[in-house]
Amino acid sequence: MKKFNVWLGIFLLISFNGLKAQDKYFTKKGKVYFSATAKMEKVEATNRAAISVMDTKTGNIQFAVMLKGFEFEKALMQEHFNENYVESDKFPKAEFSGMVLNNADIQYAKDGLYVAKVKGKLTLHGQTKEVEAEGKITVKNGNLLLNADFDILLSDFKIDIPNLVKENISNDTKISVDCLMEPLKG
Amino acid sequence: MTHPRLASLLATLFLSSGIKSFGQQQDLLKLVEDDKPKKEYVKNAFKSTRVINAHSLEFLGKGVLDFRITHRFGPISDGGPNLYGFDEAKTRLGLDYGILKSLMVGIGRSTLGKELDGFVKFRPVWQSTGPGSFPFSIVIVSSITLDPTPAPPLDSLKFQFYSSRLAFYNGLILGRKFSESFSLQVTPEMVHRNLVDSVWQSNNVFSVGVGARLKFSKRIALVVDYHHIVYGLKPGTYTDPLAVGVDIETGGHVFQLHFSNSQGMNERALITQTTDKWLSGGIRFGFTISRVFTIVKPKTNHRQD
Repeated sequence: MKKFNVWLGIFLLISFNGLKAQDKYFTKKGKVYFSATAKMEKVEATNRAAISVMDTKTGNIQFAVMLKGFEFEKALMQEHFNENYVESDKFPKAEFSGMVLNNADIQYAKDGLYVAKVKGKLTLHGQTKEVEAEGKITVKNGNLLLNADFDILLSDFKIDIPNLVKENISNDTKISVDCLMEPLKG
Repeated sequence: MTHPRLASLLATLFLSSGIKSFGQQQDLLKLVEDDKPKKEYVKNAFKSTRVINAHSLEFLGKGVLDFRITHRFGPISDGGPNLYGFDEAKTRLGLDYGILKSLMVGIGRSTLGKELDGFVKFRPVWQSTGPGSFPFSIVIVSSITLDPTPAPPLDSLKFQFYSSRLAFYNGLILGRKFSESFSLQVTPEMVHRNLVDSVWQSNNVFSVGVGARLKFSKRIALVVDYHHIVYGLKPGTYTDPLAVGVDIETGGHVFQLHFSNSQGMNERALITQTTDKWLSGGIRFGFTISRVFTIVKPKTNHRQD
């Protein structure tokens, strides 16, 4: 019985240890920027209300971005983006669900800059595709700063660019993510 | 040592904790997202701020300038000698500006009568969805037209008044975007002409306008612009203006190709001066090109902390 108690005690210590540490981080003001700039026209926008949650124990990371939240310089371009290209009335959110592949290498408890290899599924315009990105996780003062840049092809998500504007909008789109995440309590 | 009960107990505890963390992975976003529905204003009921001739319930963005050229040819009934109307053309050049999301102004000049026009358009109620929603938009349009040509000096003294050449239009647009593909608006409206040709004519003309849009694809829509004159014009001296057109959207331009029985392209000329009949071939082909420019860039709200 005594040995059982010892084993139980050790086991409980191991399992409850996880609950004490800060393992989940989130933000509702993440910045997502994209650029589909081609020869003739500057096409770019920023969304400053991206929602992101990360579980540092498992390396699981998820994003949700409202497409209507992308702010453009030109009102008409924003209208076209929503109505003709991403069809935000039909598909209001873009979502990403993935994992930090090298999660074990990142010391979330220690301040510093770590390289993170992220892989997961991006859902946009009703289409889902695997994407991979190399990003940076900066641990500072109990918060995490996530940065990542990656490319996608609009055609992979059935976002068609008419021939007439092929010189204005690039199919190869650069996406840049910038999130300051704080611990999620509870 | 082997304690089968202990081993199975530990195994169950380890397994259950494993399953628990897997469940948490799926629910990460739900921990943070608030699924409270938000009030959203309905946009893009019509592709442009005009249905065809008349104003639609749409506005330009804040700080946006719209340069519009409307071209209207002669009636098809003119036949071969006039190349079915192409030989004769009237144009309106206009500049519209969005002061606020729900307030815009504009000026224009038509070659028909060399008439100048200016308008103010305001939207006190915007169709919205979500909490506090409202099923349709209410828009007020007010415009003035001026015939700049002074009457010849030999005419009766009253024609010398500047104000004689002014007319005023006021319309209340009630419109709703029913779906992505269908929008409809109804406009009770009136035109007040300071001076009319004869004592038998009324200075005030009342009509009801109807505008509709049917979207066929992401970039192409069919539009109809019809006005029914209710009071103020002598029967037989006018016809109700009816126009049918197609909107084609590309990049920063909206092109519209249309057929109309009116030659007039401002509100006064449209309502009080239309005389051609659709069924008699009094149909005029026309087109509008609209090009928008962003004059004042939107302030991006930087949310700190």
